[in-house]
Amino acid sequence: MDTTIANSNFKSEEYFINMGPQHPATHGVLRLLLTIDGEIIKKVEPDLGYIHRSIEKMCERDSYQQIVHLTDRMDYLSSHINNEAVCLTVENALQLEIPDRVKVIRTIIGELTRIASHTLWWGVMGMDVGALTTYFYGFRDREMINDIFEETCGARLTMNYNIPGGLMFDIHPNFVKRTKEFIAHFKTKLPEYDTLLTGNVIFQKRMKGVGVLTKEDAISFGASGPVGRGSGYSCDVRKYHPYSALDKVTFNEALKTEGDSFARYQVRIQEMWESMSIIEQLIDNIPEGDVQVATNAVIKLPKGEFYQKVETARGELGVYINSTGTKNPYRVKFRSPGFSNLSLLNHIAVGGKIGDLVASMATLDLVIPDIDR
Amino acid sequence: MNISLNITKTITELLSGFMPEGAANIGAMVTIALIYLAIFAVAGLYLVLLERKVAAWFQLRLGPNRVGPWGLLQTMADALKLVSKELTGTVKADKFLYNLAPYFVIVSSLMALAVFPFTKEFQAFDINIGIFFLIAISSIGVIGILLGGWASNNKFALIGAMRSGVQTISYELSVGLSLLTMVLLTGTLQLSEIVEVQKNGWLIVQGHIPAIIAFMIYMIAGTAETNRAPFDMVEAESELGAGFHTEYSGMKFAYFFLAEFINMFIIAAIATTVFFGGWLSPFGITESIPWLGVFWFIGKTFLLVFLMMWFRWTFPRLRVDQLLTLEWKYLLPLNLLNIILMAVIVWLNLTIQF
Amino acid sequence: MDLMKDFKTEFMTNEALQNLISSWIPELEFTEEGSQFLNISVKPEQLHQLLAQLKSNTETSFDYLFCLTGMDWGKELGVIYHLESTAHRHIIVVKVQTEDRENPTFDSVCDIWRTAEFHEREVFDFFGIKFNNHPNLKRLFLTDEWEGFPLRKDYVDEINMVIK
Repeated sequence: MDTTIANSNFKSEEYFINMGPQHPATHGVLRLLLTIDGEIIKKVEPDLGYIHRSIEKMCERDSYQQIVHLTDRMDYLSSHINNEAVCLTVENALQLEIPDRVKVIRTIIGELTRIASHTLWWGVMGMDVGALTTYFYGFRDREMINDIFEETCGARLTMNYNIPGGLMFDIHPNFVKRTKEFIAHFKTKLPEYDTLLTGNVIFQKRMKGVGVLTKEDAISFGASGPVGRGSGYSCDVRKYHPYSALDKVTFNEALKTEGDSFARYQVRIQEMWESMSIIEQLIDNIPEGDVQVATNAVIKLPKGEFYQKVETARGELGVYINSTGTKNPYRVKFRSPGFSNLSLLNHIAVGGKIGDLVASMATLDLVIPDIDR
Repeated sequence: MNISLNITKTITELLSGFMPEGAANIGAMVTIALIYLAIFAVAGLYLVLLERKVAAWFQLRLGPNRVGPWGLLQTMADALKLVSKELTGTVKADKFLYNLAPYFVIVSSLMALAVFPFTKEFQAFDINIGIFFLIAISSIGVIGILLGGWASNNKFALIGAMRSGVQTISYELSVGLSLLTMVLLTGTLQLSEIVEVQKNGWLIVQGHIPAIIAFMIYMIAGTAETNRAPFDMVEAESELGAGFHTEYSGMKFAYFFLAEFINMFIIAAIATTVFFGGWLSPFGITESIPWLGVFWFIGKTFLLVFLMMWFRWTFPRLRVDQLLTLEWKYLLPLNLLNIILMAVIVWLNLTIQF
Repeated sequence: MDLMKDFKTEFMTNEALQNLISSWIPELEFTEEGSQFLNISVKPEQLHQLLAQLKSNTETSFDYLFCLTGMDWGKELGVIYHLESTAHRHIIVVKVQTEDRENPTFDSVCDIWRTAEFHEREVFDFFGIKFNNHPNLKRLFLTDEWEGFPLRKDYVDEINMVIK
């Protein structure tokens, strides 16, 4: 249909529209400059920086312990995994031997974070395509995870549970019990997600064949996480560069080859099942031991460059620390998954309708502070 | 019970006791208009409350429960808040049309209410082209939406308004044709007579297969006519912010909002009248108590309203081209075939009569 | 898993990588000191040629630019490219630097990896490093009228920066 309009003599005029920085579908202060012809998207140009806090610059004046607390303000839905990334970088640089207990707890909480993030994504994605009830289903289940977090570390969102050298304190005595309760609960509730949304004809029509990203483009655009895996690009950092206790567990990497919004959707649903399986493998076998290794009050990293990748709920988070041997890093760079995933939005949205743009953007699962850092 | 439900007649008689006939007629019209306005402004508010309660029920939460018992006064409080709010607007809006638009919408939806027979005699205006009048009036509302969207001087509002135009023009066809299918069966456009015809069985039973198809098409198209999810292209908050009423605030916004709910009531009321026997009780169980007709009418209408709410809180939204595909490629041809089928059934006298 | 098998067989060690890459361009400097990856320092004029070859060569096939970092070494400005091969899963780091602080310019790698478009804009925004042949080189996060480049070490902002 698009081509017939373009080829006909029908005269149409492109116009420009501002989507954001206050817009319900951008989930934060992202501004998209859209060039539209009628309903058809001609160009999407993101304008960033509305929530940029220059975390990288702040890191240059902070100590390594302090940096950890800045990172959960980036991708706040994967805050634990972000913290873990910095801690792992520092620990590797210091060549600390981290107790197994810490590794296992970090992995369990990391996977719980992933489920929490994906349930929230599922809820708001439903809202983006107009199914308002999904939001509350998603939040119902996420709430249980937040309660578990709250009991163990006192915070629900920005957790700050990791410190370089281990965990801030041991898990709450209820942690294992409540996590098991959650897994049992969620196993009955996750199929509800499929009943409510996945099988819906309208939903499938909205998602299938929309925002198609080929595997080659996914790699070239640096897509990672479910966005890359929806295009058949096997990019799970947990598989290729396992960290913490992820080398001890077996799980399948959720892969779909279609590359459309529906594939990305299915990958995330599948990932929730996989995360549950990872937690189940570990929850009964949390080793006894310390939860911290003693570090100096002032951590000084040796001179050199350190890089650590982790898989957050959104994809590959990279932490690059360049140290000159002082108590502050010389340069810190966060390679955030959302930033690269956003860069492909123009590529997949052009030619679609406004509704398609919203659907594609929803399946990219952008968290704006992660992009703006 | 000795209540005369024929309000038009009662009031005219009452007024002509101390007025000349012409003045009494005008007085009666004004009085009835005011009564209807009052009743449906309040009814609209309670529909909003119902929607919020239904939504809460679907969404595993409680819904409004703070203002008044069970939150019954919540929407009243909301209306008061909206009345007291500042009316903002864009600087370069076309002020006249911008202000006119909400009235267009609310007036057209209130006008449609005049012709419904709530029970045998409780009908403000029994016009012999009832169905025709309803279809005509209900499409005036879209002019208000178009005006509002265009005059706001906001691109999101304009896109919303254009979508609304496209959508209403398309789905009007289906609403009209599905009602026309039923008119084949009744042989009259007058709503009171349509109800009378159904004393031999509700039309959805009389007309069986084509009537059920017509009902389904009518409900789909009716939901689209009211711009409600899954056809809320016009507002589509995740795409257009708030669509055509982005730039409206306070009471002007409330008019649009209220009109949506009254329109929903109207769509359900038409379906009740045309398919489900209007105020007739099932199997005539309360035929001896005429005023109970109101109860049956409202009851059936609310069931259908609930159905529309059910759609809204479970379905995702269609995309604009899918919306048009559905109408022009599926509903419209089906509807035309359905009319032929109904005609054949009426011709061969295959209807089910009790 | 099949994938794991592939990456075992075709994975190149740092030494093998160094041998192969040094045969393309002789003047490269290799080091593994203070880093877990193999680092290559390249001159700006050879940058694009090297990176293009790193991607296109089937043995190296660095098709995934996972991190592009702007860097201010005090005297020099530069860019660090972290590359990974999705087929072989080996990683390499390429560094380029220039002492020209007034008008630092490198060749853009947008045509090699499309993700570089945004990352280079970010570097331009914060370090003022220009990229030749970039399709849309303008500020990404900051406003157009912003003065200076905040992530440079000599950037001064007495109002907004808290220095400890």
